[in-house]
Amino acid sequence: MIKGKFIDNLPKVYGLYTGGFLVFIIIMAIAEQAGMTAKMIGIFFVSFTVLIYALIGWLSRTLQTDAYYVAGRQVPTVFNGMATAADWMSGASFVAMAGGIYFKGYGYMALLVGWTGGYVLVASLLAPYLRKFGCYTVPDFIGTRYGGNLARFSAVVVLTVASFTYVTAQINATGTIASVALDIPFEIAVYVGLASILMCSMLGGMRAVTWTQVAQYIVLIIAYLLPVFWISNNIGAGFFPHFMLADEVARIAELEGQFGFVKNSAADLATVPKGLSAITKAHSAVNATPWAFISLAVCMMAGTASLPHVMMRYFTTPSVRTARRSVGWSLFFIFLLYSSAPMLATLSKISLMDPNLATGIIGKSITEVQALDWYQNWNQAKLMFVSDFNGNGTLELNEFFMKGSAVVLATPEIAGLPYVISGLVAAGGMAAAMSTADGLVLAISNALSHDVYYKIINPKAETAKRLIVARVLLVLIGFAGATIAALEIQGILGSVIWAFDFAMSGLFFPLVLGVWWKRANAPGAVAGMLLGLISGTAYLIWVRSGGSGFLGITQLTFGIVGAAVSLVSMIVVSLITTAPDAATQKMVDDVRVPSGKTILGKQH
Amino acid sequence: MSKQEQHWEKTRNLLFITLAIWFVFSIGIFLFGAEMQESNIRPFGYPLTYWFTCQGSLAIFVILIFWFAGRQEKIDDEFGFTEREGDQ
Repeated sequence: MIKGKFIDNLPKVYGLYTGGFLVFIIIMAIAEQAGMTAKMIGIFFVSFTVLIYALIGWLSRTLQTDAYYVAGRQVPTVFNGMATAADWMSGASFVAMAGGIYFKGYGYMALLVGWTGGYVLVASLLAPYLRKFGCYTVPDFIGTRYGGNLARFSAVVVLTVASFTYVTAQINATGTIASVALDIPFEIAVYVGLASILMCSMLGGMRAVTWTQVAQYIVLIIAYLLPVFWISNNIGAGFFPHFMLADEVARIAELEGQFGFVKNSAADLATVPKGLSAITKAHSAVNATPWAFISLAVCMMAGTASLPHVMMRYFTTPSVRTARRSVGWSLFFIFLLYSSAPMLATLSKISLMDPNLATGIIGKSITEVQALDWYQNWNQAKLMFVSDFNGNGTLELNEFFMKGSAVVLATPEIAGLPYVISGLVAAGGMAAAMSTADGLVLAISNALSHDVYYKIINPKAETAKRLIVARVLLVLIGFAGATIAALEIQGILGSVIWAFDFAMSGLFFPLVLGVWWKRANAPGAVAGMLLGLISGTAYLIWVRSGGSGFLGITQLTFGIVGAAVSLVSMIVVSLITTAPDAATQKMVDDVRVPSGKTILGKQH
Repeated sequence: MSKQEQHWEKTRNLLFITLAIWFVFSIGIFLFGAEMQESNIRPFGYPLTYWFTCQGSLAIFVILIFWFAGRQEKIDDEFGFTEREGDQ
């Protein structure tokens, strides 16, 4: 059935895979009707999909550096788009974003604009030029363009800080899902998640991660869209929710007015489990001060263009032209999920709030709600909570608490869908978190093995030795990430936003000016990276420890401070030191033209 | 002006146009969020600002990138800077 090279058969291979996955869903649905328990369905979904990824990872094992670092530079445009979309959409996008919108409404939708608008910057400012450069990693570009180990090392530092913050959030997400689906304690589930992540990336590096990410994208997009369409049809809101939920959005505003936003007292809130919250803000009301919205969007956009695990996906395309188009496809595949997140939040809210629907719980008696099957399940997992604060016996809007990540995971059950859909959603969340974690762990370990070990410490190392070092680092970084994730310092969405701010503080201007400003030199870039990262971090620590901040910049948008310092210091230091030599200027000229040889060779 | 300088000037102009459109739909319109929300233009019945944040701006970015890629390919072709087999 499959003849010839794997690359030529991609549509057929992934077509079969998608068909097989749909058949698996149907078999599970039949098994549920035949009496299979919810717990078993969850276990089947998560373990079956993870095993498939591990199989793909093993089949893609390699002993060549260009396959390990850049998947042999032969990933076709559309498939690279799918892989990037999976790489990009993390546990935060899949599990936490709809929850953020559910609780905070319009304000959190800045994330949607920020996480998509950033791709315009990627396509126009960076991706094609970095592809032409022919680097293996982002610090590889910085190190070669500016010259010198200090610049290279500074880039590795920024990359590690940003990606490591991000990866702990992803391992946290895999742990949350694995603990719910497999019914094991979170502290153990974190390491189960880690083992799955490492299986995908260890043997084949970028090549293995690419082909597992395509498979993960297919699972996660089916798992996200199916419940949205199903619930919308179920409650009669319209067969194509994206164009037909306006009445529901208006109805939510009406119900919010009716129930009112009652502020809970501090004493009452102390009884609520950690991390759970009630709806406190109107769903679609726009803030009178646009700055909060715009500053968050700006940080996410600049962060997108500076995050190395995304940028390195465009190193894997066959040419500059395909790199550019591939950015468009990436955003298209991301758009499919992101445009559905507000719809899911809307459907989830209306299902819970509307007394006319069978699923509505607000206004019902507390004992009735506490007797619901799904409430008991999610309450046991410490993701849901109700309490009769005012003692009137009925559940008010301010008395229903949920964890942000529960919105996506629990909505199918709340809306009365069969459990097979919940199992599917768990598998999708796992796919989203794993694919991003893989990209991040690989970005960090590649930077350390290629840029620090090979380029700085031991430039004479043989290929075999380099790849062993890369794999050992991969495992070490994974374990470090899992250990920190088990501590649960910050929520999933919060850590991810921090990662964007770190990346933006240190890398945005050194990357962009590296292509667009010939006069930029090594001392300037080093100053930009280090001062940007230090000032951003200092601002974060100041605000976290009770500082008042300035200009309305919060702990979620500290990247604005870091990037501003980075830009100013980079320009000032570049101008007071000597201009880059003729060879470097020539290199920048060559990068700006798609034709001709890459700056760095195929194997380097 | 050399061929390469001309190519770069056109590329830079395309960048400015792309970033201007990007700026309008990622930052510009949200300065007027409250006013737009009250407007009578309601795509698919949604309030205007709400619609832009969850669909409109996102879709415009997708189209913008493909448009940009097409224009840049034309510029590269015009100066004969398109990659050929064996370049990489």
